[in-house]
Amino acid sequence: MCYNKIKIEFLSKSQNEGFARVAVAAFASQLDPTIEEITDVKTAVSEAVTNAIIHGYESDEEMITIEAIINGTELTVIVKDVGKGIDNLELAMQPLYTSRPDLERSGMGFTVMETFMDSLEVKSDKGRGTSIIMKKIFNPLN
Amino acid sequence: MHLNFENNEDKLIVYMAGELDHHSAEEVRNIIDDRLERDSYNKLIMDFENVTFMDSSGIGVVIGRYKKLHMRNGKVCVTNIKSSVKRVFELSGMFKIIMLYDDVKQAVNNI
Repeated sequence: MCYNKIKIEFLSKSQNEGFARVAVAAFASQLDPTIEEITDVKTAVSEAVTNAIIHGYESDEEMITIEAIINGTELTVIVKDVGKGIDNLELAMQPLYTSRPDLERSGMGFTVMETFMDSLEVKSDKGRGTSIIMKKIFNPLN
Repeated sequence: MHLNFENNEDKLIVYMAGELDHHSAEEVRNIIDDRLERDSYNKLIMDFENVTFMDSSGIGVVIGRYKKLHMRNGKVCVTNIKSSVKRVFELSGMFKIIMLYDDVKQAVNNI
C-alpha cells in the first residue's frame, strides 16, 4: 500500500490559484493519472482555492493551507482557510447560487468539485474558517 | 492570459490563449468590454482553441458578456471548445442560450 503526503501554505492572492492546482497535480502524478483525471483534480482545486480567496478572506494577506494525501489509489485533497466561514452551507452548495453576484461569479464552484471528484465534504464554522475535503480514486494502469 | 482581437464587419472575434481562472478573469472581461464599447460591437465570438485550463470562472466571463450584449439585442458564441473546457461549460447548462461552433469561420457565417 503506497502512502504519501504533502502540505503547502500560501498567501490568499489570486496569483497563487495557478500555483496551487499545478502543485497538487504534480503530487498526484505519481498515481499515473490520465490527462482527464489530472484536469479534474486541477479544476476542483482551482475552485476550492478561489472560494477561500473570494469568500473565506477579505484580504490577500491570509494563509491558505492545502494537504494532499495519497493512500493506495486514492487521493485526498484538503483546502483550508481560517477565514469567516460559510453562513448557510446548504444554500452555498446549490448550483448557480453565489453570495457575490457583483463579481460575475457563476455559482458553480461546489458543483464542479462534486462532479470532478469522487467525494466532497465541507466543514465550516462561522468566524473560524472552512475546510474542503475532496477525494478521488484513480484507476491504476494495467 | 493573452487576448488577440480581430473584427469581421459587425463582429468582434477574441482569440484567448492561456489559463482562464478567477485570477485572469477580471482582466479578460475588462479588456473585452473595453473593445465592445469602443467600437460598439453587438456580436462577439470567443475562441477557446488555445485555452489550456478553465474553471467555473470562465462560465461567469461568457455569461457576463452574453447578458451585456443581450440587452442591446446582440449575440455571443463560443468556438473551438475542447473537451476539458466543454465539461465545465456543460455543468452550467450554458449551451441552452449560447451557441457553440466548431471554428471561427463557421461562427462568422452563422451569427
